[in-house]
This record gives sequence, structure tokens and C-alpha cells, in this order.
Amino acid sequence: MTTGLYAPRPGAAPLPRMIAAQAALETRMLLRNGEQLLLTVVIPTLLLVLFSSVDIVDTGAGEAVDFLTPGVLALAVMSTAFTGQAIATGFERRYGVLKRLASSPLPRWGLMAAKTLAVLVTEVLQIVLLTVIAFALGWSPQGNPLAVLLLLVLGTAAFSGLGLLMAGTLKAEATLGAANLVFLLLLVGGGVIVPLDRFPSGAQDVLGLLPISALSDGLRDVLQHGAGMPWGDLAILAAWAVVGLAAAGRFFRWE
Amino acid sequence: MRSEPVVQVQALVKRYGTKTAVDGLDLVARAGVTAVLGPNGAGKTTTVETCEGYRKPDSGTVRVLGLDPVRQSRALNPRIGVMLQSGGVYSGARADEMLRHVARLHAHPLDVDALIERLGLGGCGRTTYRRLSGGQQQRLALAMAVVGRPELVFLDEPTAGLDPQARHATWDLVRDLRADGVSVILTTHYMDEAEQLADDVAIIDAGRVIAQGSPEELCRGGAENTLRFSGRPGLDVGSLLKALPADCTAAELTPGSYRVGGKVDPQLLATVTSWCAQHGVMPERISVERHTLEDVFLELTGKELRS
Repeated sequence: MTTGLYAPRPGAAPLPRMIAAQAALETRMLLRNGEQLLLTVVIPTLLLVLFSSVDIVDTGAGEAVDFLTPGVLALAVMSTAFTGQAIATGFERRYGVLKRLASSPLPRWGLMAAKTLAVLVTEVLQIVLLTVIAFALGWSPQGNPLAVLLLLVLGTAAFSGLGLLMAGTLKAEATLGAANLVFLLLLVGGGVIVPLDRFPSGAQDVLGLLPISALSDGLRDVLQHGAGMPWGDLAILAAWAVVGLAAAGRFFRWE
Repeated sequence: MRSEPVVQVQALVKRYGTKTAVDGLDLVARAGVTAVLGPNGAGKTTTVETCEGYRKPDSGTVRVLGLDPVRQSRALNPRIGVMLQSGGVYSGARADEMLRHVARLHAHPLDVDALIERLGLGGCGRTTYRRLSGGQQQRLALAMAVVGRPELVFLDEPTAGLDPQARHATWDLVRDLRADGVSVILTTHYMDEAEQLADDVAIIDAGRVIAQGSPEELCRGGAENTLRFSGRPGLDVGSLLKALPADCTAAELTPGSYRVGGKVDPQLLATVTSWCAQHGVMPERISVERHTLEDVFLELTGKELRS
């Protein structure tokens, strides 16, 4: 029976509307996932509260919270842009979500833009939460907010490139394991809660080149010590961002 | 329903490593419902996924609604609807949430609530995708393929594993799409699905189209009718064949199950029964059948369609 209900009337929604819808959905998926929240919210919050209140790690001169907050902010960026994004995208690839969306009106770059937006929205929520907690613990930040913003954006770009590279090349299970392992290793060896100068000097030089070390060190220079633009750390992050995003663009497989 | 082709595939070749999945395939699909029929591994999904822009042909050309699915995907994608064989949904998304999302990517989508109602997805409530039943997941994928009001819908095994009721609901929707002027390309290995729905059937085997036409045309070709009977296993089929007119065929399909192909008329039936009488065979369950797509497939490939 002809009802005309299904009569073709094709057309793509306006691009900004598609990207906004996609970003909103991606953000909801992220916030609904319990394991993701553990990684992005619970662990950074616990580390900040625990190590600020209990003197476990020698954080050097000054208030512990002033040392810890920049590191935990760096960790929050890594947890969302790298670990969370890698795991989520890996499983989306595995379950054909990326494939299905690739035949939708949303162009592939639009999907990537939406993913980036979802990461940024999540990071804003994390940073607001962690900042409020840090202030409650007596945090007194210094420095230029613009330098902080630049560090956060470049850090996000660097971690996103690496996360997407992993998600787009490895099996979902391998990504899950590797992303968590890297998170743990970088948490310990990336200057987040343990100052890098506690490591042997040879190791320090290598660890200092990691994106997490550059981000936590840069944030600490600005927020704890009131330094100007941390050009060295910004350069390291920019290099990781270029290499990671280029490799992800080159090797990412959609299914 | 003759008109401009909605899909035109010429000399398509697609290899995966050393394995050739599609081997010089030609296919023209016009408005209406086209069923791509074939056993598992015949190259159905590869062909359809090339049309959907997922795979680049190793050689040959593919045009969908006159466009190149890989290089002109921006123009093509809003005009087609895709139902993958499985997956395609965020494991943490609810059915209505995902469907609403796909609707938002289109300019003039269908009414989402009506579609949910129609496909019986209303009961999914707050259940996330990974906890939906296989049938619910399948119906959601179908809904996602049609919600954008496309001109052409690709359905890859849309009823595989569905219960009869859900299967008929899917068939009804395909019929309504067709009636409203939406073209449908569906892959299936169910004969009855192709016979029920398709204006046109393309039979694929080993990466090539080996026959194409309406179900009636295909069934008219070759032997007109089939006579089947059961008897004790291991009868001398060669002797039976000698008793039959020259253009007939005879075969033991499975032990004790025989099939005679050819122009089945009263004379032929008498010949078969008298041969049985001479050989002391009691033919049981003797039946004369219309030639089915299943027979056509068997004749063309020597293979059963496996499910």
C-alpha cells in the first residue's frame, strides 16, 4: 500500500548541526561509561586529595597541593585525550560504529572534529572539578593563564594523536590493555605525582621527553613557579602532536 | 519497472591478499527491489560494501545513483541508507538514542517515534545496545538505514537469525519502501526472501553473477518442472536416465532421495513409475514441483545454498 510515508527526501543536515549532534552523543557515551569515569574523574581526584593530605611522596619545597595540582591536571588531560579516547575509539572500530558512520552524511573529518570536541568538553568538566577541589585544599596558582591554555591544547593534540594511532591500528582488546598500561606507567614515570628528579639522571633525560612529562612540567613551571611561556615543553608537545596526528592520519584503519 | 540503473557494477574485481572475493562481476540494478542471492562466501557482502563506498575496487567500475561511491561519498551518502550485517551502534547507546542521532544527521528524517513503534523497538526502553536481543539489534540497524528518507537502501542479510514474526515485519517494511519509490538492494541466502520481495534477482557464486532476472524468468529457464520421489538408497540412476526422454536429468540428491528434471508431463510420470515397478521400487512421497530458485541455484552451481 502506498502511503508516501517513506517517499525519498534525502539530504544531509547542516554540517555544524551534524558535528554538534555527534559531539553531544560522544560526550554522553563517555560520561555514561563507568570505567571511563574511573579513569578520568575518580583516579585524578583521589590522587589529588590523597597525596595533598597525606605526606607519602616528597614533593619538594612548598605546599604539596601546589606541586600536585599541575601534575593531576596533566593526568586528567592524558586520561581523556589518550586513554579514554583510545579505548572508546578502538571498540567503536571493532563494533562497526566508525564503519556505519562512514556511510552517513557526516564526513570523516567531521566525525574526528566531533571526537575532539567531546574530548575538550570532558576536559573542561574535569578541570573545573579538579580546580574546585584544589582550591578547597589550599591551592594558590600563579602564572599566565594563556600559557596554561596553550599547554593544555597542545597536550590534548599530542595525546589525541597517540590515542587515535593506537585505536586505529591495534585490536580493541590490545588497545584496552596497552592504553591502561601506558596510563599507569606514565602516571608513575611522567612527573605527575613523583618529581622527575627522584629518578636517576640518565632516566630523567629520557622521561623528560615524554608528552606527559612535558605537560606536567610545563604546567608546574607556570602554575607553581609563575614562569613565562615554557617554550621547551611546548616544543616537545608540539613535536608529539605533529608526529602522532600525522601517523594516525596515515595508518588509521576504519574497520 | 524499467528505468535508469540505481546501481551499475562493471567488471568488478576485489581481492583480499591472495583470495579473490569478487572476480569480474557485472551487475545492473534498477528501481525496485533487487535481491543478491548466493551462498556464504560468494562475494555478496564485498559487492554491496563496494557500492556503499567501504571498499575500493581493485579494478572495474561501480556507480551508485550515477556517482562514484568512494570519491563522491559526500554527495552520495545522504541519498543512501545502509544496514550492516552486524554492529554499527555504540555499545552504550540506547536504541531510540542512536536512531534519533542518525535522524539528526539528515535534513528531512522520518518521524523517529513512529518508526520505533512500527519496528517494535518501543519495548527497548533504557536498555543499551549491547544488552538488546539479536532481533532488536537487527531491527534497529534496519531503522537506521531508512530514517534519513534515502532513495536507495542497502540491506545486508536483513533477516538472518530473525524469528518468523520479525522476519515478516521486515518484509512488510521492504514492500512499503518499494511502494513509496525507494529502491532496495538486499543480500540474502534465503530463497523465499528473494522470491517474496524481489523484482529482480542476481545469483552470485564464486565472485560472479551467474544468472539474473525476475524470479519468474529465472524459474522458467532450464527445466520446467521437477519430480521428486523417495525410495531405497543406491538405485541405478543411469538405468532410470536411459528410460527417460533425452533432455531429462536424474540424480540421487541425498541417499534415498531422487530428483528428475525435465518437462514433467503425465507420460513422464508414467515412465518413472513403470521403471520403479520393473525394479521393484516403491516410490514414496512422489511429488511434482514447480521449479524454484533453489533448483535454479543447484543447477547453475551444483551446490546447495547453505545457511
